Amino acid sequence: MSPELINLIVQATFETLYMVGIAALLGTVFGLPLGVFLATSRKGELFAAPAINRVLGMVVNATRSTPFIILVVAIIPFTRLVAGTSIGSTAAIVPLTIASAPFIARLVEAAIREVDGGLIETASSFGASPIQIVLKVLIPEALPGLLLALTLAVVSLLGYSAMVGAVGGGGLGDLGIRYGYQRFMPEMMLAVVVVLIALVQLVQSAGDYLARRVNRRLRHR
Amino acid sequence: MNAHQSLAIGQPIAPPEAISPAAGEPDAMVRFEAISKTYPAYRGKPGVNALENIDFAIPRGSITGVIGRSGAGKSSLVRLINGLEKPTTGRVIVDGRDISALAGRELRLAQRSIGMIFQHFNLLSSRTAADNIALPLEIAGWARADIRVRVTELLALVGIADKHDRYPSELSGGQKQRVGIARALTTRPSVLLSDEATSALDPQTTRAILDLLANINRELGVTIVLITHEMSVVRQLAREVVVLDAGHVVESGHVADIFTHPKHPITQSFLAEATGDSLPVSLASRIVAEPSAGGQAVIRVQVRGAGAGDTLVARLARELGLDVSLLSARIDEIGGQHVGSLTLGIPLGISGGEDAVTRTLAWLSQYQFPAERLGYVA
Repeated sequence: MSPELINLIVQATFETLYMVGIAALLGTVFGLPLGVFLATSRKGELFAAPAINRVLGMVVNATRSTPFIILVVAIIPFTRLVAGTSIGSTAAIVPLTIASAPFIARLVEAAIREVDGGLIETASSFGASPIQIVLKVLIPEALPGLLLALTLAVVSLLGYSAMVGAVGGGGLGDLGIRYGYQRFMPEMMLAVVVVLIALVQLVQSAGDYLARRVNRRLRHR
Repeated sequence: MNAHQSLAIGQPIAPPEAISPAAGEPDAMVRFEAISKTYPAYRGKPGVNALENIDFAIPRGSITGVIGRSGAGKSSLVRLINGLEKPTTGRVIVDGRDISALAGRELRLAQRSIGMIFQHFNLLSSRTAADNIALPLEIAGWARADIRVRVTELLALVGIADKHDRYPSELSGGQKQRVGIARALTTRPSVLLSDEATSALDPQTTRAILDLLANINRELGVTIVLITHEMSVVRQLAREVVVLDAGHVVESGHVADIFTHPKHPITQSFLAEATGDSLPVSLASRIVAEPSAGGQAVIRVQVRGAGAGDTLVARLARELGLDVSLLSARIDEIGGQHVGSLTLGIPLGISGGEDAVTRTLAWLSQYQFPAERLGYVA
C-alpha cells in the first residue's frame, strides 16, 4: 500500500476518533442527567414526576427507534443550524450526539436502577437531600455499570460514525465507501475494517478494565 | 421517594414548637400521639391500615424493644420516628419536636439527630469502612479534617479500628453491622433506631452486636429503639417493650412486668419461644389422658419473678413429703426476672389415687404459682 493511502487511513482514523470522542462526550453530558432522571422520577421515587418521566421516555424511545441513517438526513436543517454545515466530521457530530444521548440515557437508567433501594432510604435517614443522594450514593454505586454503559455507547458510535461516511461525514466509513467500494480497492476496504475492529477491541478492553477497577462489590469476595 | 423530598426547599418553615410533656409522664424521647398510618389502594391492591391508634412514649435514655410478627407494623412505626414516613393522622414527637410536621430542609436537619441501622447493613459497596462512616458527615457539610478525626474515634468505639481501609465486601456480617452502627452515631444522635439489625447475623455475632449496643446506650446515653421479631433480642437488651400486633399496640411497659404477666396471646407466644413452653418430644409422646397405677401426673408450673423457681422443687418435696421428679425445665432471665416453666412428675398412689396431685396443686396455688395438669405418664 502506498504511503499516500496509508496517510489517508491515518487521517480518517483521527477524524473518526474526533467524531466519536466529541459525540460520546456530548452524549454523556445530555444522556447522564437524562438517565438519572428517568431512573428516579417514577411515582414515589426521589424526583417523582411521573408525567414528565412518561413524556421523556416516549421521546427517548422515538429517537432510538428511528434508523440512524434516516435520523442523519432528517435533521440536516438542524445540523446546519448548529454546525454551520451539513457536510464533514464536525457536522456529523450533531446526529451522532442526538443518537447517542437517548441510548446512553437508557443505559444509565438501567445502571442506576441496579443500585439497592435500601441505600436511598439509608441516605435519606441521615438527612441527605435528593441531589446528595444522586451524587454521593447513586452515581458512585452505579459507577461500574455506568462505565460499561459508556463503553457500549462508544462502540455503537464507532459503528454509527462509519455510517455518516455515506453522507459525507468523513472518517473511516467515508474512506471505505469512496476508495474501497466506489474505486474497487478491496485492500482499502480491508484496512478500514481492520482499523475499526482494532478500535472496538481497544475501547472494549479499556472499558472492561476500568469497570473492574472501580467495582468493589465482587472483587474481594 | 417520599412526598417531603419533592417539596421546594424555600418553602416557609414553621417555627419550632415547644411541646411540654403530658402531666405525670416520664421524660419521653419519642412520643406517638394518636397515630394511624394507612397506605392507600394502589394498582388494584387494597389499602392497608398499617398502624391504628398508636399512643405510647419511649423514655429518654432507655432501650426499648418493639416486637411483633412480620406485617405487624414495626417497620412503619420506626420510619415514623425519623420522618421517612408521615403518619396519616396524629403526631410523632421526637426530643420535643413534632417531626411529623417537618419537611424539606428542616426535616433533613432533624434527621441528623436520629441514627438508624438496618438488617442488611446498607453500606455503600464503593466506599471503605471509614468512608462509609464519613458519609453522614460529608452530607452534613463537615470539614475534611474534622471528619477524619471523628471517623477514627468511631471505628475505635465499635471495635474495628483496624478495618479503616477495608471495603464492605471484605468484611464479615458482624463487622459490617459495626460500620453501620458507627455510621449511625457519627452525628451524635439522641436516638438510635435499629431495624432488625441482628436478624441477618448468627447467634454469637448477634450477642456481640447487642453487647455493643448496650455499651453505647450506657456510655453515650443514646436512646435505642429496637425493632425485632426475635424474643431473644428483647430479652438480652431491652428494658422496655412494646408488643405490636396487626397495627395495634397490644401491650407495653417494663420487660419484666410484661413478660412475667403476659396478657395478650401474641405476647404469650413470644414468651413461649423464649422459655420453651413446648415439652421435649420424648416426654410429650409419653403423656396420656388416663392415670395408671404407679405412674405420675404431669404438672406444669409457670415461674415468674426474681428467684421464684429456685427452691420450688425442694420445698414442695419437703413440705408435702413427696418424691417429686423434675421432667423438664427451662428458666430464663428477662429484664432481671426469672421467667420459665417447670414440668413436674407427681407420684400417683398404688391404685392410681390422685391424693398427692390434689395436695400439690393446692400447695402451688397457695404460693401463687400458676399450674396446670398436662396428663399422666406411666
